[in-house]
Amino acid sequence: MTALAWLIPCALALGAVGLVAFIWALNSGQFQDLEGSGWRAISDDEDDKPQS
Amino acid sequence: MDRALKLGVADGVFDAQTQRIEAREETVSLVVENMHCGACMSSIERCLKAISAVSEARVNLSARRASVTFDPDRVEVQALVDALGRAGFRAAEAVEASGDQDVARADDLLRRLGVAGFAAANVMLLSVSVWAGQASDMDKAAAALFHWLSALIAMPAIAYSAQPFFRSALEALKGRRLNMDVPISLGISLATIMSFYQTMRGTSHVYFDAAIMLTFFLLIGRYLDQRVRVRARGAAENLLGLKALGALVLDDDGTARRVSARALAPGMKVQVAAGERIPVDGRIVDGVTDVDASLITGETLPQAVGMGGVVHAGTVNLTRPVVVEATATDDSTLLAEIARLMQAAEQGRGQYVRLADRAARQYAPAVHVLGAATFIGWMIAGAGWELSLTHAIAVLIITCPCALALAVPAVQVTATSRLFGKGVILKAADGLERLAEVDTVVFDKTGTLTRGAPVLSNARDIDDATLAEAASLAIASRHPYSKAVLMAAEARGLDVRPAEGVSEVPGSGLSAATASGERRLGSASWVEGVAGLHSGTGSLWYGVAGQAPVAFHFDDAVRSDAPDVVANLLRAGYGVYLISGDREETVRRVAHEVGIEDWQGAVRPDGKIAVLDALKASGRKVLMVGDGLNDAPALAAAHASLSPSTAADISQTAADAVFQGEDLGPVVESIKVARASQGMAIENFAIALAYNAVSVPMAMAGHVTPLIAALAMSLSSIAVTLNALRLKTARLRLSSVGGRR
Repeated sequence: MTALAWLIPCALALGAVGLVAFIWALNSGQFQDLEGSGWRAISDDEDDKPQS
Repeated sequence: MDRALKLGVADGVFDAQTQRIEAREETVSLVVENMHCGACMSSIERCLKAISAVSEARVNLSARRASVTFDPDRVEVQALVDALGRAGFRAAEAVEASGDQDVARADDLLRRLGVAGFAAANVMLLSVSVWAGQASDMDKAAAALFHWLSALIAMPAIAYSAQPFFRSALEALKGRRLNMDVPISLGISLATIMSFYQTMRGTSHVYFDAAIMLTFFLLIGRYLDQRVRVRARGAAENLLGLKALGALVLDDDGTARRVSARALAPGMKVQVAAGERIPVDGRIVDGVTDVDASLITGETLPQAVGMGGVVHAGTVNLTRPVVVEATATDDSTLLAEIARLMQAAEQGRGQYVRLADRAARQYAPAVHVLGAATFIGWMIAGAGWELSLTHAIAVLIITCPCALALAVPAVQVTATSRLFGKGVILKAADGLERLAEVDTVVFDKTGTLTRGAPVLSNARDIDDATLAEAASLAIASRHPYSKAVLMAAEARGLDVRPAEGVSEVPGSGLSAATASGERRLGSASWVEGVAGLHSGTGSLWYGVAGQAPVAFHFDDAVRSDAPDVVANLLRAGYGVYLISGDREETVRRVAHEVGIEDWQGAVRPDGKIAVLDALKASGRKVLMVGDGLNDAPALAAAHASLSPSTAADISQTAADAVFQGEDLGPVVESIKVARASQGMAIENFAIALAYNAVSVPMAMAGHVTPLIAALAMSLSSIAVTLNALRLKTARLRLSSVGGRR
């Protein structure tokens, strides 16, 4: 049981971190242009931030 | 985009603190038609940023748009468009984006999807632990703790994520209808409430996992649907962006003034420069030019238009400035008409009811009746309302998700991947089902039955030296015939060097002055002037002063397997038609060549829709195969539609599927796979029903624990998926259809 007391909050916290990261990514417009983002990642130009 | 616009306005106001006026800034959205990859993306951005008045340029590849922030005092929007034009991109200012609402809805769904996914993963972890615990020796307290944790995660997540279903179900109930969302909402909410109650009581009838998983999977489907809609809307708007925004109007006293396209009225005389889009439908009253009318007619060759010639808005004036007297403007032009036809057609098709939905309509009431019967039955048996309700919920859950949610998608995924392997990209989710019902195929000509590019047909009659010389002239031009000459020369391995001093004369051809006299490549009347040609019949002539001119004939080659495909379709009993915007005699020739008896030439976009409507009225389900922009409304109006990958962007968007390559074979393959997948989907429904026939009585009898439900569900899912996978390798034949011809 003591292991669970540690593990469960850990699992939930990690999941929550993922969720927060996802919502942040969504709000910062990273899903606006899925095709373009893929290309930007491999282009040499400096500007690879999402469109705001 | 919206935020950028607001920022732009804010930047433009007087800055009180620093007591100086900042440069005015404005953001426009440009539609860029031919943007395909990362290379286009960076060259567009670089090209725009090179203009000093532009402070920010950002391309959205998915939407094929560029958002540009610039100083309107120093540069006009038209100049931006021109700059892109010089870099080889066809651009136009976008009309105001009404699709923002759709984008916002897709984002909203994605957010809910994220939350549901997070919750589902965690609740599943806890549930699996509990299931495993039931097999081993988990103590009651630990199970209770896990249930409470599940409740803590699942209830807020469901309350938030499942809202789209609740809302849709409420709307349906208000309209006194039943849709699939009603049993879904009922199942989800009853399961959640009941599970919470059972958690408080400390029993093991807890179904949070089922409720949240169901929400998660259903949201995935909704989100994908919404994305497709956003894309389609964007493409229709991009089409409207193609119309010219401003025009140079010539007044009676000879003065010219710039007015916006909205202010144009019939009767006005408009000056159109070379390279500009024509802003109105009208007649040419001054000048001669070549017009690229591919937008309207689908004909890829530029057309020479002289005095009194009719031109349409959206077509491009290629070679010489002309004056056009407007007969129709703005919303009454043919281009606006095409956009309207498309929207209307898309809406018409939106009412199509998918197989899964049709099944759901029969199925939803049955599920409710069974659930209610279970509840009443157990009440009568004296089990008390709690136990009765638990059993009723078990029935709702065990019937709902697996049977319908997986039967069709599993087939769709395998069918899609099989088609993908054959070069067909399926876009519409319900495209397969509509394709399977088709009994008539309507082909467009240029670019569909034919390859859409002219090739030199009499290359054998032309000697190497002449061909090389003609090609050295042709290299200077972008006319499709010139390209064909160059291609023929290269195919023969000739060394072609560009001739010096080549000039292009619009509507006529190319000429170059050499020591041995002038050389000309062009129309009969043009070459006549130098080589003394009389009544030539070639499509193009090459003449050198003092020598007999040589004729070049061109052919738009029919795709090599087109006759086979047509014969195949006819043998299977399909009605096959050829409907084209091209000239009658060309259409007749192609129809004869591929073996189509029913053909029609010189049909305009609305005419195509009329033909489709007539076929529909006679009970036909039509598959439209076409590529031009003029086909787009017909593609959207037909029961199902296919487009080659060389098609105009808007046509690809309107079509259910896009096929690649030189062959027409994918058309038959698509129909075969669609019909096979339809059969497979029905088989899967049978499997799902069989599963329900076993599991539902058990659930009604109250023998279903979460563990058994989970096992049964996965077993049925695996069975359905395995069945669908057979489609990947099965050998298919084009079975005959109705045989009504």
